[in-house]
Amino acid sequence: MAAPSGVSASKQSTTDEMANGGLYSLAGKYGNLIIYAAAAVALIVTFVICLAIWGPGMAFPMEIGKQIGAKVDEWILWLTREGDWFFDGIKFVITKVLVAIEDFLLWLPWPVIIMAVTLLAWKVAGKSLGLFALIGLVLIGLMGRLPGGTSTLWEGSMETLALIIVAVGISLLIGLPMGVIGARNAIADSILRPILDGMQTMPSFVYLVPGILFFGLGNVPAVMATVIYAVAPVIRLTNLGIRQVSPEAVEAARSFGTTPLQMLTKVQIPMALPTIMAGINQTIMMALAMVVVASLVGAGGLGEAVLRALGRQEAGNSAIAGLAIVAIAVVIDRITQSVARERQRALIGD
Amino acid sequence: MNGTTTKHQIEIKNLWKIFGAQPERVFTEEYQHKSRAELQEELGVVVALRDVSFNVDSGQVFVVMGLSGSGKSTLVRCLTRLIENTLGDIYFGGDNIIQFSSDELVEFRRHKVAMVFQHFGLLPHRSVLDNVAYGLEVQGVDKETRHRKAKEAINTVGLAGWEEYYPREMSGGMQQRVGLARALAVDPEVLLMDEPFSSLDPLIRREMQDELINLQESMHKTIIFITHDLDEALKLGDRIVIMRDGEIIQEGTPDAIVTTPANDYVAEFVRDVSKAKVIRAETIMQEPASVVRESQSPQEAIVTLESQDSKVAFVVSEEDIVKGIVTATIADSLVQSDAPDLKNAIFDNAHMVSAKAILEDCIPIAAQADHPLAVVDHEGRLLGQIDRKDLLVGMAESGIDKVGKYGKE
Repeated sequence: MAAPSGVSASKQSTTDEMANGGLYSLAGKYGNLIIYAAAAVALIVTFVICLAIWGPGMAFPMEIGKQIGAKVDEWILWLTREGDWFFDGIKFVITKVLVAIEDFLLWLPWPVIIMAVTLLAWKVAGKSLGLFALIGLVLIGLMGRLPGGTSTLWEGSMETLALIIVAVGISLLIGLPMGVIGARNAIADSILRPILDGMQTMPSFVYLVPGILFFGLGNVPAVMATVIYAVAPVIRLTNLGIRQVSPEAVEAARSFGTTPLQMLTKVQIPMALPTIMAGINQTIMMALAMVVVASLVGAGGLGEAVLRALGRQEAGNSAIAGLAIVAIAVVIDRITQSVARERQRALIGD
Repeated sequence: MNGTTTKHQIEIKNLWKIFGAQPERVFTEEYQHKSRAELQEELGVVVALRDVSFNVDSGQVFVVMGLSGSGKSTLVRCLTRLIENTLGDIYFGGDNIIQFSSDELVEFRRHKVAMVFQHFGLLPHRSVLDNVAYGLEVQGVDKETRHRKAKEAINTVGLAGWEEYYPREMSGGMQQRVGLARALAVDPEVLLMDEPFSSLDPLIRREMQDELINLQESMHKTIIFITHDLDEALKLGDRIVIMRDGEIIQEGTPDAIVTTPANDYVAEFVRDVSKAKVIRAETIMQEPASVVRESQSPQEAIVTLESQDSKVAFVVSEEDIVKGIVTATIADSLVQSDAPDLKNAIFDNAHMVSAKAILEDCIPIAAQADHPLAVVDHEGRLLGQIDRKDLLVGMAESGIDKVGKYGKE
């Protein structure tokens, strides 16, 4: 193996460091103090000069926000025009699926739904949740039609459920592979992380606007906004879960000739499943939280009921619709959490 | 084994592993002879393996011993390229595994080698049966076959009846049996064992060592066994290499390591080793003083005894197989009864030890015998003799120099 040219250079720097060792250690001792003092002096000088020349309320030399905002508007409009076929295609598919699910839920006789949910809650999470689900769903059904509404609270709940199912479905379709990619590839991870941070901290109203432009008003932009809002936890926790799989188990599997795909399906995903389930639970909860906000862009269901009560200043009706969301959220949350806990127990014992 | 010209199963040639950026900087005139500490200081690289070479023969238990940081775990991982080495070649049955494509490497890992890990590396979501069957499963073996083979392996390690349990429900010792069964289930040519018993408590550890020895007597696998425990190395190893700072500092049989340590470091290690547990009969045996053939006459036996001034002589067949001993008294009585040779007398009165027996096991036999012990090979052929004085000298500290003479292979 030939010596790369870098060898002599690195050698040079090592000797330099050694020669200057004495100086460095002296600077190190007072280094911070000198820097702080210099910064303080610079700050005071700037303060005095600015106040003397421009006085208080000093303006910035230029304003570029307007131009940038206009540029982004222009760009989104262009995208709306040129990507018409693309967005219409997405809208078509999502609408079809949404309507099918909603129609199916409303086609089922309500006692069947209530019994099925109650039994499921009882089986996975215990008697008390079963009872809670039973009472909650019956009460939702008994509420009937709230003033000004076009549908009953039960119908609104089913529409919301359909929205959640589609939004969570899309989130998992995107989130699980992204989580896997992020866990296995450091570069992908370093790109994904800041995007997820941004998606989670960005106020949700901000991406409602392009949603309307791309998809028009209605359930489809609501689903898309919900996906953007809710996809982060499943990506993050899938990523985390796979990273947390014991390196010993992975190494042992590798030593037996496991291919990367086998590693994923036979070792990493099964062992990460409790964490992935926790991510799915979080995604469902965030999707539910988005229901009311999404009604701003025309989503139907319980969110719409809350929004309408808000407009008519009816505290009682908004509380009823709000509590219906809470009841559905609690049941779904407890059921998915119990499933995750059971997986966890199966993996590591009590 | 691929019909190649190599006679060793595994040949490791000039293996280097350097952790850190631009490891090739080490292989320059200026740096290659610098110590590990100097290289870490000056280049910021860690030399985990430095020019390691050794050969392992088929059926051998080859122990790599060293303290933590000696590079032994890195070494065993390089053997299946779980860690990629920086320089050097590893020949496995004639194939250089360093040249393997990733597909060839997967095939190699699936069929040729299997590894047992210090912390077991079991899959917690799988039952014992499915853990043991894992290696076969990734090979694509159908469920029925792999469960049958897995059950055989589970029986071999003494875990019959535990198939449906999960690793978390088992003690450390039992989990490591699962790890061993998983490795045996794929019927590999070579077992790599990375400190398999280090995390077990001492009683279980000894039990597992004994069982491995028993298993190996019937399996005859090639085993590369990593340990930091000298007693374990001496107990299990046919050959031992001792590593320090990524370098091999001594390679040899357990006997040779104990009796002729290569340097002060090894000497310090073996200082407290009970020699009686390590040194084998063949190491301290002497040339047999007197030997007569069973075809010889009793008179000839008397002549031999007198001429060599011996009290006893070993009686051997034409194939050198020990038949017994003859003393002047016995020979006299044979002369009285007109025996033509020594054949007809049933001797069977010799006290024999195997050449591989450790001195500790020779002591009780020597205590019973009032003549030297015959040292024999596995077919009963006479190789040498040991008397009580040889035994004492062999175990005594002062005897090392003398023993060393015979300890050469």
